[in-house]
Amino acid sequence: MSDATEALAAFRADISAWIKDNCPASLLGRAFNENSIVWGGRKWSFANDDQRIWLERAVKRGLTAPRWPVEFGGGGLSRAQEKIFREEMTAAGAPPPLQSFGLWMLGPALLEFGNDAQKAEHLPKITRGEIRWCQGYSEPGAGSDLANVQTRAEDMGDHWLVSGQKIWTSYADQADWIFALVRTDRDAPKHKGISFMLMDMDTPGITTRPIRLISGKSPFCETFFDNVKVPKEQLVGELNRGWDIAKYLLTHEREMIGGGGQGLLGARSVAQIIAMQEGELLADPVLRAEAMQTEVDTLAFGLTMERYKDQAEAGRGVGNASAMLKYYGTELNKRRYELMMATAGSDGLEWDGAHGGLAPEWLRTKANSIEGGTSEVMLDIIAKRVLEMPGQ
Amino acid sequence: MKDAAQTLIDTEDEVMLRDAARGFLAEASPVSALRANRDAGRAHDPALWADMAQMGWTGVLVPETAGGADMGHRAAGILAEEMGRVLAASPFLSSAVIAATVLRQAGPAAQGALQTIAAGRATYALALDEGPKFAPAATAMQAERQGNTFRLTGTKAFVADGTTASRVLVLARTSGAAGDPEGLTLFDLDASLAGLDRQALSTIDSRDHARLVFDAVAVTGDDIIGDLDNGLVALRPGLQAGQAALAAELTGLAGGAAAITLGYLKERKQFDRTIGSFQALQHRAAHLWSEIEVTASAIANAGRVLDNAPDDAALAVSLAKARAAQTAKLAVSEAVQMHGGIGMTDAYDIGFFIKRARVGAEWLGDYGYHAAVIGAARGI
Ligand SMILES: Cc1cc2nc3c(=O)[nH]c(=O)nc-3n(C[C@H](O)[C@H](O)[C@H](O)COP(=O)(O)OP(=O)(O)OC[C@H]3O[C@@H](n4cnc5c(N)ncnc54)[C@H](O)[C@@H]3O)c2cc1C
Repeated sequence: MSDATEALAAFRADISAWIKDNCPASLLGRAFNENSIVWGGRKWSFANDDQRIWLERAVKRGLTAPRWPVEFGGGGLSRAQEKIFREEMTAAGAPPPLQSFGLWMLGPALLEFGNDAQKAEHLPKITRGEIRWCQGYSEPGAGSDLANVQTRAEDMGDHWLVSGQKIWTSYADQADWIFALVRTDRDAPKHKGISFMLMDMDTPGITTRPIRLISGKSPFCETFFDNVKVPKEQLVGELNRGWDIAKYLLTHEREMIGGGGQGLLGARSVAQIIAMQEGELLADPVLRAEAMQTEVDTLAFGLTMERYKDQAEAGRGVGNASAMLKYYGTELNKRRYELMMATAGSDGLEWDGAHGGLAPEWLRTKANSIEGGTSEVMLDIIAKRVLEMPGQ
Repeated sequence: MKDAAQTLIDTEDEVMLRDAARGFLAEASPVSALRANRDAGRAHDPALWADMAQMGWTGVLVPETAGGADMGHRAAGILAEEMGRVLAASPFLSSAVIAATVLRQAGPAAQGALQTIAAGRATYALALDEGPKFAPAATAMQAERQGNTFRLTGTKAFVADGTTASRVLVLARTSGAAGDPEGLTLFDLDASLAGLDRQALSTIDSRDHARLVFDAVAVTGDDIIGDLDNGLVALRPGLQAGQAALAAELTGLAGGAAAITLGYLKERKQFDRTIGSFQALQHRAAHLWSEIEVTASAIANAGRVLDNAPDDAALAVSLAKARAAQTAKLAVSEAVQMHGGIGMTDAYDIGFFIKRARVGAEWLGDYGYHAAVIGAARGI
């Protein structure tokens, strides 16, 4: 064994023992879904005390953000170590201690584009689960055509004055802060007049109104900005260069959604449902064939996530190919859930029946290929940026 | 950082190998060479095979002690992928991959045979299937024993490289009945033995395929590879290596067809526009690219698993072959459609891709065969 392999083996033993010693037994091996996620934030209340204990212990060791620098509350792990950590978490049946848009999206963007003060102010609060963030990108007139955002931020000398409306803002009513795209130059071409801004949701003038989803819940909102005064230092990166940050952050969002970001995609497997239905799928040759095809594609897609991570680790970026992960992963997930619903038959038709919340999870998957950029937009990106196909 | 040979990306050596192979094949064996072979009624070009031997490709899986380059299965996959891109025809899979893998498990007695493979002097064919579908256990061909002599009688329906090979690996029944995975024995014999009639098949991919009719062909116990009645065990590593390399070839083929198509989309004009500017075609091309990317991961993985954990390779190999068969089918169908009428003409190269993809989809197990292996392994 090489030194590196030995060091990793030692890390594995250490981290697996740590998980065993620190994750409260009541949390182990439980179904992981939207209801059991710990999002954190000022308005957060834990479902039980063990969730709080698990979060506190993970925070102490930097394991809510395993790969972030230690100075911001991260774990400073290498990718190889992080992979081992995740494997040991799965093996132990331990849930992620914290999930959030701050960890998935804003953090990576701040690490890349934020100044020292912004990093020191916001990153530790994300890793500790103190502040919950939401994403203010989409507007009624700016969906796929995101660069069309019209929410305005006017320079008032010592502050910005923000007015306009966002829509589909997931968890805006639960969030403490929002990262948003705002127009700071109305005369520039539309991609060149956008800035990336951070705002406290408690600032006077910000209001939210929940929208109910087909899956029953109301996790997203309309968000209104009415002459909101925003301190100057809350603009990230360069003025009017927000589109670069938006794109960078979307890459992370897409990889996360495509790769089965927990909570968004649900963590069920086809085999689980088959086992619960005691062989009923096996008796149906059409469903069985579909299940095999889905399994073939799921395994190959998993390897693709792995290969792209290897590539990123080797210093060769994934770039626009992340659009492929988003496209393929979400379409595959929709297929998986259709299959699970068909396998479950009438047992899957209740909101909360024999398979728990399978039906609402299935409904929720329909958004996977819309949120974070639709499948059609992903195919456009692949065609234009990867395959360099001509414009009109 | 991890050793690249443990990851799914190419190592530096592999990048160099791929570049060298692509450069060589573009010169020595472009698709036009396949056309020339076909028009000359020749299954492959012996001069190309001699060049491959010169470069060490024939010995890619042969140990250095037998004159090979011993580069491993991932490297063999890279070579096969590059051959697939330009449809290079050669006995590479039958000889350098399947036979070499079988023989290197067979101990010191096979050392000489491995040397002739690495040197490019001998080529092998695998005589296995007796019906239209890959089904090793269904083998019915009899090997009747008298002392140390075995007489082989029966027909092998579809043998790749069967007319040109100098030697043949034959799976025949020494006990049990058709359908029984045991009772089979693997023989290594000279292709010119009396009683062996090799009938060339005129297949759509213009390559060497034959029906082999055995009429009391006499071999001895010395010709057995592995153990009597346990031939499938001796054959399995070779089959897996062949399936993985064929999957790699099909993935290269898909990439080659997609590249030609993309070039056409950027060039052909209709309605005063380049047709590649139509979103309907852009999305089809983008979807195809995505499928090829996902399949490429399964190919890299199969090579790595065969190199690092060959005893546990069944799932990885079947995943590669299942994905590659589907992806190649999609690529060639899309290629013809997006070319319009010219895609249907013999004068244009795309037709060669669709024909080889169909043959490759069947050989060594089709999509259904390999998907069922995966289903069984995953509780479906
Ligand atoms: C569950 C959920 C959560 C979300 N959370 C957030 C959030 O937290 N923050 C946030 O900012 N946004 C969020 N969104 C919004 C999401 O990003 C947008 O819905 C998405 O970008 C699509 O925009 P749209 O809804 O306006 O659809 P449209 O852009 O109007 O698209 C309608 C249809 O037209 C197609 N289409 C559009 N343009 C083209 C084109 N050029 N070529 C071909 N087809 C095209 C689309 O693919 C789609 O099929 C969320 C959405 C959902 C469903």
